[in-house]
Amino acid sequence: MATEAPTAGEYIVHHLTHFNSTGHAQKAVIDWSILNLDTLFFSIALGVITLFFLIRAANKATAGVPGRFQAAVEILVEMVADQAKGIVHSAESRKFVAPVALTVFLWIFVMNSMDFLPVDLLPRIWATVSGNEHAYLRVVPTADLNGTLGMSIGVLLLCLYYNVKIKGMSGWVHELFTAPFGSHPLLYPINFLMQMIEFLAKTISHGMRLFGNMYAGELIFMLIALLGGTATVFGFVGHIIAGSIWAVFHILIVALQAFIFMMLTLVYIGQAHESH
Amino acid sequence: MNLNATLIAQLVVFFILAWVTMKFVWPPIVKALDERAKKIADGLAAADKAKADLSHAEKKVVEEMRKARESAGDMRAVAEKQAATVLDEARAEAARIIAQAREAAQGEAGAAAQRAKEALRDQVANLAVAGAERILRREINAQVHADLLANLKQELQ
Repeated sequence: MATEAPTAGEYIVHHLTHFNSTGHAQKAVIDWSILNLDTLFFSIALGVITLFFLIRAANKATAGVPGRFQAAVEILVEMVADQAKGIVHSAESRKFVAPVALTVFLWIFVMNSMDFLPVDLLPRIWATVSGNEHAYLRVVPTADLNGTLGMSIGVLLLCLYYNVKIKGMSGWVHELFTAPFGSHPLLYPINFLMQMIEFLAKTISHGMRLFGNMYAGELIFMLIALLGGTATVFGFVGHIIAGSIWAVFHILIVALQAFIFMMLTLVYIGQAHESH
Repeated sequence: MNLNATLIAQLVVFFILAWVTMKFVWPPIVKALDERAKKIADGLAAADKAKADLSHAEKKVVEEMRKARESAGDMRAVAEKQAATVLDEARAEAARIIAQAREAAQGEAGAAAQRAKEALRDQVANLAVAGAERILRREINAQVHADLLANLKQELQ
């Protein structure tokens, strides 16, 4: 942090600003020329680490007695495979959809888990390493709307792909205009409008739900850190108590949100397989 | 809460990670799980079969034991019966031999007594004839009275 202590407002804003390709905070709400380097770095690094461990488990997988790590991975795979089997009724699609669900679950789980690191730890290290005291850094990729919407749009693309693949182009277009209200020329525009709203709402809410949970969680960790930052006995004790409680509670949110994102991915793709 | 190109990058990363999982993670693990499930199922089936075999064998053993006991009882009964028969036969044989011996002994004793009697009679006759001869030597002509003597001898016998 700066040599003179920042105000609470400055502290929060500083922590909520991304380290992006321009080096300063993004002004416009949407600016396609900017990349959030912190989000990309942490999401790719965590994804690669996750896959590294998964591939190690996969290479060691045998039908014999599994080790603890292998058993843990197998439990996860089994859980995802069971869920996928219950929701997506196409063995051919499951070959890709189930791995997608597993990836999504584990990747989001580890990205969410970045919240458990002390809020100032990595930003402080980064500020020291980069030599810039005011360097920005956000360590939770899922608390970045770009990250979560990127994934939910990925799921949307999969939905569109499976809609066309399962129902055929004409079958899907037919469904777009005749469902949910029925086949009547007067109802075509209403049906189409409803379908578009449905796709939009599904995708936005899918990404927003995860983002909102993680963003709020991160914010509360910052507020708790501010409490400790008052450097009083009350602040110190409050920081420890509130921080512990919120961290424990946040374990639930981290796992739950990862699970919800995975389940919704399966449900949306499963819907693409069903005709109205 | 600003949108930027990170969204597109994240979208690409999402698909790359999913593809890698589909290619290198999912198939080996699922294959191992299926194989293990099959192995366990086979093991359980084998255990069931072994259990069934065991109970079958136990039943068979009980049955065999019962049969053996039965046949042993039968054999003893037969043997006892046979022993009794042999004993009876031996007893009968012994009785027969004794009777035969007794009969033979009695016959022999009778014959001997007869022979003795005859010998005695002969001797008595001879003695009587000899006595008579001595008495009559002078008065009686042997040739004349030979018939008489023979008759006497015959009568004595």
